[in-house]
Amino acid sequence: MQKKSMENSKRTTAIITYAALILGSVIMIFPFAWMILTSSKTVSESMQIPPTIFPSRLMADNFSEALKSLPFINMYANTILMIIFRVIFAVLFSSMAGYAFAKLKFKGKNLLFSIVLMQMMLPSQIFIIPQYQMVAKLGFANSVAALVFPGLVSAFGTFFLRQAYLGIPDEVGEAAYLDGCNQWQTFTKIMFPLTRSSVAALTVFTAVFAYSDLMWPLVVNSDLKMMTLSSGLATLRGQFSTNFPVLMAGSLLAMLPMVIIYLIFQRQFIEGIAMTGGK
Amino acid sequence: MKRGKISAAAKEEQLWGYLMVAPTIIGLLILNVWPFIQTIYASFCEHLGFGHYKFIGLDNYINMFQNTDFWKATGNTLLFCILTVPVGIFLSLLVAILLNARVKFKGGFRTIFFLPMVCAPAAVTMVWRWIFNSEYGILNQIFGSHIAWVTDPHVVLISCSIVAIWSAIGYDAVLLLSGLQNISKSYYEASSIDGAGKITQFFKITLPMISPTLFVTMIMRLMTSLKVYDLIYMMVEETNPALTSVQSLIYLFYRESFVAGSRGSGSAIAVWTVLIIGVATIFQFIGQKKWVNYEV
Repeated sequence: MQKKSMENSKRTTAIITYAALILGSVIMIFPFAWMILTSSKTVSESMQIPPTIFPSRLMADNFSEALKSLPFINMYANTILMIIFRVIFAVLFSSMAGYAFAKLKFKGKNLLFSIVLMQMMLPSQIFIIPQYQMVAKLGFANSVAALVFPGLVSAFGTFFLRQAYLGIPDEVGEAAYLDGCNQWQTFTKIMFPLTRSSVAALTVFTAVFAYSDLMWPLVVNSDLKMMTLSSGLATLRGQFSTNFPVLMAGSLLAMLPMVIIYLIFQRQFIEGIAMTGGK
Repeated sequence: MKRGKISAAAKEEQLWGYLMVAPTIIGLLILNVWPFIQTIYASFCEHLGFGHYKFIGLDNYINMFQNTDFWKATGNTLLFCILTVPVGIFLSLLVAILLNARVKFKGGFRTIFFLPMVCAPAAVTMVWRWIFNSEYGILNQIFGSHIAWVTDPHVVLISCSIVAIWSAIGYDAVLLLSGLQNISKSYYEASSIDGAGKITQFFKITLPMISPTLFVTMIMRLMTSLKVYDLIYMMVEETNPALTSVQSLIYLFYRESFVAGSRGSGSAIAVWTVLIIGVATIFQFIGQKKWVNYEV
C-alpha cells in the first residue's frame, strides 16, 4: 500500500519535471522559431491580424535584401579575423604569464599579479575612451587591428590559466628540468600540453565574448565595411525600423555560423563556459 | 661552489619569470592601467576635442549630480538589477534542479537553455523587438492586449528585463548545475532513511551545499547587470520617447562620450559606475556571511 503511493508520487514528480522542462524549452526556442518563420514572410504577411504562423512559401527575398543592405561578407570576415587574433593572443600571452605566475619564483610577483586582478575587477568601459584615443592617435581606426586591440592581452585568461597551472603538481616540472629541459622547454613541451582543456575553455570564452561585444566595434570602426556582425546589425536596426522580415533575415544570417559551431561542439562550449564561470 | 650554481638557476628562473609575464604586464599597463588613470583624470576635465583636455575641477561631477537624466539612469540600472537578478537566479536554480533530476534528453534540454548564450545580444534583441511590437507583435496578439512594450515608459524596463532573464537563464543554470552535481548522493540517501521529504532535503541539504556556487553566480550576474548596455541599446534607440525611462548608466556613458562627444562628463559617469559596482560588491560580501555555507 505504502509502496504503491510512493510509486505514484514518483510518477507525479517525473511528470511535473518533464512538463516544466518542456515548457521552459518552448519559451527558450520560441523567439528563434519566430525569427526563422518571420524571415520568410512578406512585410504584409508579417503584419496580418490575426497573425499567420507559417509563411505562405519559403522566400529568399528578405535574405537577399539583407545581404544587399549590409556587407555581410566583410562582416563575417572581420568577425572571424577578430576572433582568431584575440584567441591567439589570449592563449599565447595568458599561457606564458599564467605559467610564470603559478610556477616560477621572481621578485615582485605579487605586485605584478595584482595588476591582473585589478583589471579583472574593473568594468571594461572605464578603459574604453583612452583606448579609443590611442587607436585614433595612431591612426588605425576602421581596421581589424582596431577590433583586436583591447584583446591583445587577457587578464582573465592569465588568471584562469594560472589556476590550471597551479593544479599541476610541481614534480612534473621538476622532472622535466632534471631531464635537461630549460624553463622554456619545460613550459612548451611538458606543461602547456597539460592545460589543453583549460585552453579550450578559454578559447570558447574569448570567442563568444568577442562575438557578442557591441560597444567597442561600434566606437572604433564606423566604416560599414569594417563592422562586425554585432555592430553591423545595430545599423540595420535603424535602416529597416518597420520591415521586420528583413531584420529577422539579417539577424539569422548574423547568428547562424556561431549557432552551427555551437551545435557541433556543444559539450566543449557548455563545459568551457562552466569552467570559466566566475567572469 | 654548489651554492653559486643554485643561485644561478634561481636567477635564470627569475629571468624567465619576467620574460614570460612581460607581454601581459606591458599590455595591461598600456591598455588598462594607463587608461584607468586617464579616465579618472579626464573626469575632472573638459574635452576640447582631438584628445585635448582642460582641467576644470569638480564641474563634471557637479553637473552630473544636478542632471535628472543621470539620476534616472542610476535608478534604471539599480531597478534593472532588482528586476533581473533575483528572478533570474531563482529560475536558473529551478532549471538546474530539474536538469539534475534523472531525466532523459538531459543534454538536449541543456543545449536548448544555453542557446541564447552563443547568440549575439544584437541579433537576439532584434527578434524580441518584433515579438514586443505593439501593433503586430505576437505577444499582444496572443494576449489580445495593447501594451506598448518598447515605447511605454512604464513598461519598457520590464520588457528589457524579460529579455535579460531569458538570455541568462541557461548560462547561470549551467554554473549552478555543476554545483549541484558536486553534492554527494549519500547525503540524500541518509536523510531519506531518516524520513526527510523532498522539501526538507532541499532546504537542509541542497541549499546550504550549493550556497557557495549560488553566491558566485549571483555576484557575477549582479556585476553583468550593473554594466548592462547592449541589450537596452538594441531594444531602445535614441529616438525612442521612452529612452530616459530605461537608459542604463553605461548607455548614458556611451551617448555622452561617443555620441555627444563630451568625454569629460562621460568619464565621470564611468567612474560613478565603478563606485556603484564596488559598493555592491562590498554589500554582497558582507551579506554572504549570513547565508553562504563554507563548512561543507
